[in-house]
Amino acid sequence: MRTRSFVLAGVVVALLLAGGLSFYASSHPDGLEYVAEKTGFLDSADDHAAGDGPFADYATKGVDDARLSGGVAGIVGTLVVLVLAGGLGFAVRRRGSAGQSERADARDKTDA
Amino acid sequence: MHVPDGFLDVPTSVATGAVAVAGVGLALRGARRELDDRTAPMAGLVAAFVFATQMLNFPVGAGTSGHLLGGALAAVLVGPWTGVLCLSVVLLVQALLFADGGITALGTNITLMGIVGVGVGWLVFRLVQKLLPKRTSLVPVAAGVAALATVPVAALTFVLLFAFGGQAPVSLGAVLTAMLGWHVLIGVGEAVITGLVVSSVVAVRPDLVHGARPVLAARRLEVRTDTEVSA
Repeated sequence: MRTRSFVLAGVVVALLLAGGLSFYASSHPDGLEYVAEKTGFLDSADDHAAGDGPFADYATKGVDDARLSGGVAGIVGTLVVLVLAGGLGFAVRRRGSAGQSERADARDKTDA
Repeated sequence: MHVPDGFLDVPTSVATGAVAVAGVGLALRGARRELDDRTAPMAGLVAAFVFATQMLNFPVGAGTSGHLLGGALAAVLVGPWTGVLCLSVVLLVQALLFADGGITALGTNITLMGIVGVGVGWLVFRLVQKLLPKRTSLVPVAAGVAALATVPVAALTFVLLFAFGGQAPVSLGAVLTAMLGWHVLIGVGEAVITGLVVSSVVAVRPDLVHGARPVLAARRLEVRTDTEVSA
């Protein structure tokens, strides 16, 4: 599989997980929150400064349907992370790096 | 394991903030050695994938859930320095856009899940890899063992920070026992997911798995020796 197809397929999987499967995720508190509640320090948490944001708590403001609201938030988050981390990756990479990796890509093309 | 604002006092949050800044700074330099034109898109993909899987809380016992932290997964797929950058981007977006993990606690969360999670994940992965035979089929196994270790170690690190800067007068022993117990269980889920994802990538494109490079290099060397012998 070519690198571009691989990355594209991976992004589609991530979007399906965040936009679709996340609806079926457990809504129980996570390990830290649960322990905080049971041992009595959960109340020391402050309200979140961004708690009124349009996607706070993985819900899209103004969308009533829970599946759609969470799905949109998941897709937006996945794309924002993809662009930021991908951009960072391209910014810090070794540019025009010849050698092993380009030979490998050339080999992929002959394979395909 | 996203720490909200208020769990830890200001000095502790400032200290973890400094650790996070230093860690991300080092990672920006280190990632250059790991990323080239071909592997750079993997940084975006791995971060996006970690974000997506962190939304998938799985039930752990009655009343609790856990989700992938992704430190070991990112370290094995894109390398430890790039892994720290991936996790930091995920945690930044979660804190600012999704109110998940406090803003003053961002340094704490980057320290716990980014630096400790990725660092421990990579070190344990390399250690296990050295102990096992050099086979690509064993890369996911080493990744799974590493993933299992990262969750309780990150939980232990939180308890250590809580011992210094906890804002509620609660029994430290009770916090330690409960955090370790639950996070060993969550670690099992982390190990299964990490092992499955790494084995899927190894099956399709082993050359894109940073942690598989030593194994692939050893394999190429063997092939060359064979050719020389036959010639």
